[in-house]
Amino acid sequence: MTRAPIRTPDRPLRVAIIGAGPAGYYAADHLLRQDGLTVSVDMFDRLPTPYGLVRFGVAPDHQKIKTVTAAFDKVAAHPRFRFYGFVELGKDLAPADLRENYHQILYATGAQTDRRMGIPGEDLRGSHPATEFVAWYNGHPDYVDYQFDLEQERVAVVGVGNVAVDVARVLCRSAAELATTDIADDALAALRGSRVREVYLLGRRGPAQAAFTNPEIKELGELADADVTARPDEVELDPLSRAELERSPDRATTKKVEILQGYALRKPRGKPRTLVIRLLVSPVELVGDATGRVVAIRLARTELYATPAGTLQACPTDRVEELPVGLVFRSVGYRGVPLPGVPFHDRWGVILNEKGRVLDPDSPQPVVGEYAAGWIKRGPTGVIGTNKPDAAETVTAMLEDAARGAVLTPAHPEPAAAEALVRQRQPNCFSYADWLRLNEQEVARGRAAGRPRVKFTRVEEMLAALGR
Amino acid sequence: MNIAHVLARKGTKVVTIRPEQAIREALTVLAEHNIGALVVVDEGCKSLGILSERDIVREAARNERVFARTVAELMTRDVIVGAPEDDLRSVGHTMSERRIRHVPVMDKGCLVGIVSIGDVVKAERDQYKGEVDTLQIQLIEDRP
Repeated sequence: MTRAPIRTPDRPLRVAIIGAGPAGYYAADHLLRQDGLTVSVDMFDRLPTPYGLVRFGVAPDHQKIKTVTAAFDKVAAHPRFRFYGFVELGKDLAPADLRENYHQILYATGAQTDRRMGIPGEDLRGSHPATEFVAWYNGHPDYVDYQFDLEQERVAVVGVGNVAVDVARVLCRSAAELATTDIADDALAALRGSRVREVYLLGRRGPAQAAFTNPEIKELGELADADVTARPDEVELDPLSRAELERSPDRATTKKVEILQGYALRKPRGKPRTLVIRLLVSPVELVGDATGRVVAIRLARTELYATPAGTLQACPTDRVEELPVGLVFRSVGYRGVPLPGVPFHDRWGVILNEKGRVLDPDSPQPVVGEYAAGWIKRGPTGVIGTNKPDAAETVTAMLEDAARGAVLTPAHPEPAAAEALVRQRQPNCFSYADWLRLNEQEVARGRAAGRPRVKFTRVEEMLAALGR
Repeated sequence: MNIAHVLARKGTKVVTIRPEQAIREALTVLAEHNIGALVVVDEGCKSLGILSERDIVREAARNERVFARTVAELMTRDVIVGAPEDDLRSVGHTMSERRIRHVPVMDKGCLVGIVSIGDVVKAERDQYKGEVDTLQIQLIEDRP
């Protein structure tokens, strides 16, 4: 380990950030704000466009949440920030390339895939990860050609987190409601012809344990085209939950239970769709027909029990029912995807780390020069803003290490060398200026249609829009 | 948020000690790692109990020769153990209610980490900070 020189304007600390989502931007912001230390940041994303899940995860009917991108654009405007879109680690760049060009590498790649339910029939036709549906309706280039059978009238969404709620809500929205959003055009066309009539949101635990937050669950009660309902016996507090709430009162949880109990009492108003919230049920099997298509989901009623540490968990009973559904979306958790050459904790789906320092699983000592932030660091939890303190913690570790010279020793730390390498490996890469031009065009196309934007969903389209 | 989310960024290293070791050794290990508790394991790495600084203080108050006693004599055997899937909030409640500051985490019979009350507080603080920040951005954008 050599002692690094002071990071001056001539010889900045060179940092590569992999992933252009919230965690990457918050980390870049912290790094670029340091006094007395010159940091130069190159941000990479395998997609041409930045913002990660703000663009491809946040639901199209939640535009307000997307205003956070204005703060990201301010970070990107910093003179020592560069963006390289459409450049993939492991494909266009090797881990060794990064070590040749940067003092520090920060992985902020998020949780790109879903957890499996681990039940028979999970891979029948008509059963999909919710992430694929979300990516599709948000115009993610990798998912633009996916098809979902919206001829089906009954749909199950397994899970009661905010992603599951998003999927259920989008399925229940009217075409008119969706047409004012930035939903992908292909998805809008498909959802316009949707014959979905009943959507079931399925949770293993009870009303007090459901992961969805109150604003999201309240919104379900205000849908133009769908009646929301729940079963009185499933939104009743069981004795264990009641005792816990009495011991440690929590307003948000009490409110959540009240909202759900209110839904159970509602009379249907004759809207064309119905959204049914089912709790204390656990899928045990997806049932298929002779052609391998899902036709039903078998649900076991669950009972809650307290773990030694006090968490109420669900245990399936032998009371099983069959719910006929033709389409299933699973949203039972998310996990990161391993990166080439980077240690990975397979069971938790994260890069194991200590305050952001990537740990070598064998020693377990920190790997010099490698860091993690966001969902790949802590797992899929929290809101967009949670990534700010998370990224700050990682940047603190990065700066401590830089101060004591524990950084990589790149042969080519000069910014021009990285630029030349990236352009050679991926001549079609997108700069931030390219993105800002695409953004203008998307917004202009949207203005004409009374929408926030009309997204480009294919890389070729984006290249053509830039005259390439 | 659950325990796995906390351990992911804390690491799964647990500082352990053997039951036959002396309290003097235990104090050295506590000071060396700047921590407040040790998980007591046997040769097969089976968890037997937990030894906290509180256990030692309690003994020291009545026994001048505390240093020579063994870990096995002072450790707490009835340990509340967590699982990676445990909700952070309920674990936090249990810790403050039962007045315990450390929860060893077991997964399929293996010790995979330890969570302190400090970890719980920090994780909850970061969560609230993040929520406030997100709400603030939305409110500011709402202004004309």
